Amino acid sequence: MNALTMPARPRATPHEPGTPLVAVENVTLRYRTEKAKITATRNVSFSVNSGDRFVLLGPSGCGKSTLLKAVGGYLTPEEGRITVGGRQVKAPGADRMMVFQEFDQLLPWKTVLGNVMFPQLVTGKLSPKEAEAKARHYIEKVGLTRAIDNYPHMLSGGMKQRVSIARGMAMEPDVLLMDEPFAALDALTRRTCQDELLRLWDETRFTVLFVTHSIAEAIKIGNRILLLSPHPGRVKAEVEGVDDVSAADGSAARLEREIHDLLFADEPEDH
Amino acid sequence: MPANILMRADHTDQTDEDLAIRISPLQALWQNGAVRKTGILLALLVIWQVYAVRLDNQLLFPTLTDTLSALWRSIGDGTLLARIAASLKVLLIGYGVGVALASVLTIVAINTRLGTDLLETLTATFNPLPAIALLPLALIWFGLGVGSLVFVLVHSVLWAVALNTHSGFRSVSQTLRMVGQNYGLRGLRYVFRILVPAAFPTILTGLKIGWAFAWRTLIAAELVFGVSSGQGGLGWYIFENRNVLDIPAVFAGLLTVIVIGLVVENLIFRTIERHTIQKWGVQS
Repeated sequence: MNALTMPARPRATPHEPGTPLVAVENVTLRYRTEKAKITATRNVSFSVNSGDRFVLLGPSGCGKSTLLKAVGGYLTPEEGRITVGGRQVKAPGADRMMVFQEFDQLLPWKTVLGNVMFPQLVTGKLSPKEAEAKARHYIEKVGLTRAIDNYPHMLSGGMKQRVSIARGMAMEPDVLLMDEPFAALDALTRRTCQDELLRLWDETRFTVLFVTHSIAEAIKIGNRILLLSPHPGRVKAEVEGVDDVSAADGSAARLEREIHDLLFADEPEDH
Repeated sequence: MPANILMRADHTDQTDEDLAIRISPLQALWQNGAVRKTGILLALLVIWQVYAVRLDNQLLFPTLTDTLSALWRSIGDGTLLARIAASLKVLLIGYGVGVALASVLTIVAINTRLGTDLLETLTATFNPLPAIALLPLALIWFGLGVGSLVFVLVHSVLWAVALNTHSGFRSVSQTLRMVGQNYGLRGLRYVFRILVPAAFPTILTGLKIGWAFAWRTLIAAELVFGVSSGQGGLGWYIFENRNVLDIPAVFAGLLTVIVIGLVVENLIFRTIERHTIQKWGVQS
């Protein structure tokens, strides 16, 4: 048997009274290309509770990244509305920190410490001294203290993503928005980064909205998974209680198969 | 059958000797680009001296030693230093105004589409026009004086810097832009906290090109007319000495132009590069 058995994790905080932390209601997103207006998602609704590890899962073209960017405030829904903490999302803001897939999301002109401090300082959230203390704390959490004065170009891909995560967490946002943060990493590094994200979550119980196209990653990361179907993106199903499956007794593999069959049910086997 | 892991320890035997093989000091010296280039420069100076001594015609081609003594004399009596100061003063004014105008133009261009069109049209129109070609016109508009010089200098700096800064801004990655917006940065704060540092390699290239254009343009302009209220620049120094057929002093003036150009390019800009784009690993 392999050693992928996960530490037992308590379930995320159950439904809080009142409104959910992130509420996406009947959202239709369209973006303009040179020739046409493309519908990315149609009539999508879901809600994320505080402490959730909510995964948007679907094949390419299901609008999951576009949806995440809409929650981030980078584009406005044509129909429906998005609220975070009860406030309607109108523009990007530091209450929703993004972690991107691309390695160039770090500012190359700032050190690791500078990168993590940057949002604290430009938003005026903390004084330089407090920002530094907080940044050092989160850099230590992601295990990069010895690289703290390095510039991003001296870091490996996995280290860069960990700095981005530290930068996002240090702002202590309402929700951390992660757009396939580990997709560009090699398989070994990806696995370490996933484990580390879960460990960090265990420590601080932040809320995360995570986009991926990997079913295995969705099961590993999430406690709830929203399945989206492509062209245009619509909600196909929602998986709850993902924490209850484990790799040890094969229930994770079973869930993976079920999700796969569900996602590709009406697709011809052409790949 | 279960998989088996066999531990191997032989990779610990490796010694440091294999990793770095020493090279001889002479070879190390030859690897140094500055040493090789100094060698070439010394050889050229020797050739100059030998040729000029054999030619023996100070009016056509003075020797290196004559040139150096003319240089020494001019420095000694203060004329050369005054000329340098006059040139640099005009240069800094023109360069500063040019860079400031370029900043305004590119900030407008990055924020509005009409501004982009304006910048692109203006740079396309004026960039191919050598600044010095505007000097006759400038003389009519601003008269003999610093005003005319500054006008042609601004023209020589503005378009090169604006063009490079703008293309640098445009090539900032979408991800970095989104990161900046994520922190609520907008307007000028967004430009100065995200766009300027992200586009810095291209901006620096623009500043270097602008400097090179400005220096050449200034010397050329001063050769046409250099003197205003008795305070001429380096170009004027060269022109003046040619008129009195003091050719070693002309050579000394040319040498000064070269040295100042080298110092600015290799000392000032190289130092800025080392502390910014080289440190950040973003050299283009």
